[in-house]
Formats: sequence, structure tokens, C-alpha cells
Amino acid sequence: MIAIIDYGVGNLFSLSSSIRAVGGEAVVTGDPEVIRNADKLILPGVGAFGDAAAKLFQSGLDKVIYEETGKGKPLMGICLGMQLLFEESHEYGVHKGLGLIPGKIVGMEGRIPEGLNIPHIGWNGLNFTEKKSPIFKYLKEGDCVYFVHSFYGIDCEESTTATAEYGIPVTASVQKGNIYGCQFHPEKSGKVGLSILKAFCELGE
Amino acid sequence: MITKRIIPCLDVKNGRVVKGVNFKDLNDVSSPVELAKYYSDNGADELVFYDITASFEERKLFTDILTEVASQIFIPLTVGGGINTLEDFDRVLKCGADKVSVNSGAIKNPDLIGQAAKKYGDQCVVLSVDVKRVDGEFHVFAKGGREDTGMEAISWIKRCVEAGAGEVVVNSIDTDGVKKGFDLEMLKAVCEVVSVPVIASGGAGSIGDFTTLFNEVPEVSAGLAASIFHFGEVAITDLKEDLDKNGITVRL
Repeated sequence: MIAIIDYGVGNLFSLSSSIRAVGGEAVVTGDPEVIRNADKLILPGVGAFGDAAAKLFQSGLDKVIYEETGKGKPLMGICLGMQLLFEESHEYGVHKGLGLIPGKIVGMEGRIPEGLNIPHIGWNGLNFTEKKSPIFKYLKEGDCVYFVHSFYGIDCEESTTATAEYGIPVTASVQKGNIYGCQFHPEKSGKVGLSILKAFCELGE
Repeated sequence: MITKRIIPCLDVKNGRVVKGVNFKDLNDVSSPVELAKYYSDNGADELVFYDITASFEERKLFTDILTEVASQIFIPLTVGGGINTLEDFDRVLKCGADKVSVNSGAIKNPDLIGQAAKKYGDQCVVLSVDVKRVDGEFHVFAKGGREDTGMEAISWIKRCVEAGAGEVVVNSIDTDGVKKGFDLEMLKAVCEVVSVPVIASGGAGSIGDFTTLFNEVPEVSAGLAASIFHFGEVAITDLKEDLDKNGITVRL
């Protein structure tokens, strides 16, 4: 059973449908007991970092996340959920994150070449780093996934498992032990995205 | 590298896709779920569902269909048609839409885009605008292209993007239905003033029209079309192979 952590941010319908589509069992929940009983966790999120982080900390679910991941339970953060794993974000002020992945979140503006659109919206190819993550076991270099974001992770080279070329290499995914993060949306990335979720479901099997 | 997107647009009325479609290997060509699945399996990068129903009951049917599509198709879904309030955003987002396209709703209430962007994020709000030349000026048209608002289009688009629209669909009434290619002049004018992705719509008649679009206006992020895909005149897989051969980056 995968617990999709519901802390009041975003639409979790597609995410739970996509887990079911790959044969997994998913429950959307904000109940600490259900989260404790799950085998794996997904931290979703859309919108602004500050707002989402405040909701997560207010819910007290951050403590459950620390406890459970501390025992080795796999956790995957998706999009803003990945950004929340970082130490801090500079999106409209400085906000503290969960600190499970070393590094920080910054805006693309001024860091990517002029003339490229912000947000970075659309399908972009994944370039794997030497540290290929097990969640990409069904993928090949250059497979496209769907991105929608204006901020991205930096100073996280040691945990970066894939980048996407957008004038500069943009952090596309990270991993540190049992903590995984995808900047893109696997639940919106067609067959490639589903195979990433399938690999995540299969971790530890 | 970011790829150029190809987006089929499906008009839905009474729970069915209108504009008779014609695919050999598709049994029920007017089932939104079947057609969405077909496109998703055959290279579409995104789908746009346009609700052209008017009544409340029909609207409920549309959201039921949307829920079914979103539970089976895992590519981005944009929904438009009849989006006038934040409640309308909420209604379609809850059914699994990823982005919401606003047209007349933004003309009637210019604050709608800003409010929606604040609540759901810029990435969620797509400005759709019907544009036609009037006395050498680009004008915004409302009510499905029937009514000249008198507003100058480029400054309107700029204003909406500043308010928080994360993408802009530019539909040229002048080239729409003519099938002689996209409105390159209009698209260039829009791309010059906005930094968010611009989606070209109106005028696609052949594969070559897309190649010309992306070569002549490289700032354009995506091409949207309806009938040429639905009638099987252009298969998206063939289109993308051709774009790839012409050095345009696409998701194959």
C-alpha cells in the first residue's frame, strides 16, 4: 500500500489513478496511522512553496514523514513535493523545507539563458547522472517526461540522478537513500511516467 | 531539450465528441474516453477538452466524462469552455484537469485570471484568445469568435500574462478553417511580447504547416488542431516523424 500524503495541497486524483494503473494500491490520506501502516509514501504538491510548506508543518505530518523515512520507508516527492524535500526554497522569500535532500530551491529567472520561456512547461528528455536511480530501471537515456515549474533544485549534485536540458542542466530527479524526488510529473508522463511509478512500487520486492 | 508539443482539441457536447471522426481502428469515434486513449497512445503530447454544452445538466455529464478520461489517460489535460468563475476552475480541476483554459470568462471579468493564478498557480491558467484583423489591427473576439470586443489583442494578451496566465493559446480567426497554414504574422507578434509558452491554433491543413510554424516562429511551444487529426488527414505519429526529420525536437 502506498500512502499519498494529503496535506491540503493540490489535486491527487491523477496520482492515485496512475498508481492503480500500474497495479499498485494507493490511498490518499492525511491520517498519521494510515501513513505509518503504508509500505511507501508519496509527497505530492502544486502551487507555491511557502504556502505548501506551512500547510505541511501545520498538519504535523512532517513528523510522521521523519519517523517513517527514518525507518527506511521509501518516500517519493513529486514536483513541489520534491522541492519540499530540500533544505530551503527562495520562492518569494526564504522558506524552510524538510531538509531530507541537501540543497536549495531557486528561480529559473536569471539562471537560464534569455529567450527561454518560464515556466518550463512541456516534455523534456532525461539525462541520467552516473548515479542511476532504481526508479528509472525501465527507462532509457533521453526518454521524455512532463515538466511544469519555474523553480528548481541547486547545490544538490550528490543526490541528482537525472537532469533535463533547458539552456542549463535542470535538476529533474534526486535520490538520497530511501528518499526519492521527481521535479516532473510521472503521473502525467504517459507510458514512461507510469513505468517510473511501477519501479517505485516494486522497490524492495 | 524541451520538445515542441502537438495537441489535439476535442469538442464535447452531451458527453460525446462532436465533429465526426474517422479512424479505422477505433470503434466508437465519438467516445471521449476512447478517442483520448487513442490520441494518448499515438503521440499526442497533451489533450484539450472543450465543453460546448450550455445547460447545467449537460455540464454535469461533461465533468463525469472528464473524471473517466483523467482516471485512464496519463498525459496533461486542459479543459476549456464555460469557465467564468473560480468555482468553474474548481469543478474541472477536481475531475482531474491539469490546466484550465479561459476565453470569454476573462473578457467578462478581467480579474478572473489573477484570482485563479493566485489560487491554483500560473501553470494552471491558460489564456485562450480568438484574434481577427480589423482595419489592420489585431482585435480580440468574444463569444466563439462572433463578437468584436474592440480590444487590441497584443496588449490584452500581455495584460493577461502579467495577471498570471501561464500559457497562451492564440487562435487566429483569419486562418481558422482555411487549412492554408498557421497565422505566422500574428504568432510572431504575440511571441515578441510574452515570455510564457505560446500555443498556435487555427489554420493547420497539412504536416508541412507544422514544420513551417516551428521553423518560422521557433518561439512557439506547441501546435493545436482539431479536424485534421479527427478526420485522420494527419496522423500525429507521422507528423512528429516528419518534424524530427526536419530537425525539430519532438517526443517520439
